[in-house]
Amino acid sequence: MRRIPWTHYAAPQTFYGLAGVWWPPLAGLALALALAGMWVGFMVAPTDAQQGEGYRIIFVHVPASWMSMIIYLAMAFWGVVCLVFRARLAGMLSQALAPTGALFAFLSLWTGALWGKPMWGAWWVWDARLTSELILFFLYIGFIALTSAIEDPRRADRAGALVAIVGAVNVPIIYFSVKWWNTLHQGASVSLTRAPSMAQTMLWGMLLMALACWAYTVAMVLYRTRSLILQRERHTDWVAQLPECQPGVRA
Amino acid sequence: MNALWSLLRRDVLLALRRPSEVLTVVFFFVVVAALFPLAVGPERTTLRMLAPGVLWVGALLASLLALNRLFEADHRDGTLEQMLLSGTPLTLLVVAKIAAHWVLCGLPLVLLVPLLGVLFDLSGDALGVLALSLLIGTPVLSCLGAIGAALTLGLRGGGVLLALLVLPLFVPVLVFGAGAVEALAAGLGSGAHLSVLMALLLLSGLFSPWACAQALRIALE
Amino acid sequence: MAQVNALGLQTRDLACARGGKTLFAGLNLSVVPGQSLHLQGDNGSGKTSLLRLLCGLSEPAAGELLWDGAPMALVRETYLREMLYLGHALALKEGLSALENLHFAAALMDQAWSIDAATAALRQMGLREREHLPLQVLSQGQKRRVALARLCLSPARLWLLDEPFVALDSAACTVLQGLMQAHVAQGGMVVFTSHQAVELSGGDNRSLRLGAP
Repeated sequence: MRRIPWTHYAAPQTFYGLAGVWWPPLAGLALALALAGMWVGFMVAPTDAQQGEGYRIIFVHVPASWMSMIIYLAMAFWGVVCLVFRARLAGMLSQALAPTGALFAFLSLWTGALWGKPMWGAWWVWDARLTSELILFFLYIGFIALTSAIEDPRRADRAGALVAIVGAVNVPIIYFSVKWWNTLHQGASVSLTRAPSMAQTMLWGMLLMALACWAYTVAMVLYRTRSLILQRERHTDWVAQLPECQPGVRA
Repeated sequence: MNALWSLLRRDVLLALRRPSEVLTVVFFFVVVAALFPLAVGPERTTLRMLAPGVLWVGALLASLLALNRLFEADHRDGTLEQMLLSGTPLTLLVVAKIAAHWVLCGLPLVLLVPLLGVLFDLSGDALGVLALSLLIGTPVLSCLGAIGAALTLGLRGGGVLLALLVLPLFVPVLVFGAGAVEALAAGLGSGAHLSVLMALLLLSGLFSPWACAQALRIALE
Repeated sequence: MAQVNALGLQTRDLACARGGKTLFAGLNLSVVPGQSLHLQGDNGSGKTSLLRLLCGLSEPAAGELLWDGAPMALVRETYLREMLYLGHALALKEGLSALENLHFAAALMDQAWSIDAATAALRQMGLREREHLPLQVLSQGQKRRVALARLCLSPARLWLLDEPFVALDSAACTVLQGLMQAHVAQGGMVVFTSHQAVELSGGDNRSLRLGAP
């Protein structure tokens, strides 16, 4: 197998070009998949015997939860690359991922509440998964707050990388402890993890929505990283020569 | 090892010569603990039920207060740079700083708990378990918090940012620490909770100093 | 202090960037035993940044450092033990006395310590009968003398000093110059920054001007 020239692709200039080519079609794909997924989820999938129509919110809730966790792992992965290989791009990718991850965590919390209210009468139950999601949301906010507070971009990248790694290592521990806490206090006997048994169409709907979220995330990360690259490399020649950076051109 | 003991002795000596910093942390803990009965009413059964959670959260917040200053003074007067340049592994020096933080902040909290437990009408057994859970748990708070303190070194809004970063990581310690006393009250015995706390202490003791040293290098570059 | 491979400190194509601006690039300098180097330049020209690069507190944007001919990454441990850096900040604790500060500094570097040697060093720097007082009651100049007393006690071969003459009166300046000259005469190395004109005699004393010509 030919050796992949990683250092070439890791250069901001190359990535800028590649990302510029890929993000519009990915955004389009995300939209198409989301429409398909929502059509399946809200129109095609059958009404659940126990939970009626309200269960359909899981088509947003479950993919959002998955993405919030996967994105955090991705941030930790790029954090490792940033610290070990001192790659500037890895740090930028990590920072570009964070707002989308936080968004999915937030969405997951809200859809969890919206699901819980008609089902069990409470806007919020201290279910193990929802509580862990809440803590994950705090971890995202902490990451974003720290990286925004540091002015030097290199220090911000590396500090964020360390936070992401420490957070990722702690997430299983936090989840385990919250689960334990939840079972000890028998008050919260409801569980949002008891999803309705899956009919085939429901699985298809969730899969389509999950892929839509994935495509959306990649498109957003590519787009955001391009902005970060422009910001950080604004003193270099190649940025000055970009068509979008010429005076008189509207962005 | 000589350097480690020297650093620990130095920090403790400095704090003893300027006791106001240590005392403010301790009094904060007392004030927070005293505020809760004022907020929820003096009914004894309620207080007994709330006590482990309240005292644990108080200990957590008091630890946070002292964490903010963990590296700040050394950073300002240049001693932190000398520590990086000393040839002694930074991880060892961080262990000394964390140990000093615990001796000056965590340990006084543990010693105060029997006194404060009286305010909440805790039984002797419950007090014992609570003190033990704090004894094992407060070093974990020091270890985890040190990473946050190193990352936020020299930043504006440092204290709040530190709390934001570090409180999610404190959740397991809080759950098992306060849970130990509640398990005792529920008749389940606190052994399991305390064992998990010990495990958390071992894990954080092994990995936090290294992570904190990396964070210090990142902050000082 | 004779070493088999005593090439001292060298840099190759060293580049430094601060806040997005390149302060200097392609810097090649060399300080061999028996030499001193006076870094000069206007404010913001990168003198302190260069010193921090030389002692390893920051990473260069490009280029490398060599100690006794070996890349710094390989001999970092040895380098740290043979190098002494005194920066702008005095690295002293106000709550401790002069002697306690020096004791801590020695313990940190795993160096031998004797109260007599430390007291003698403080006397040499012009500090009498104040070695047991907490540092906060001393003046700025006296505190700097305590910081500089480390030079007398340290076995380091290379001294990296950032503005060592600040806040010193003329008598103390003379003592410090004498220390630096003696160190160089014995085969040591000194790299220092100073806004003032400093004339070191004896030994190979060079200067380097940073910043736009």
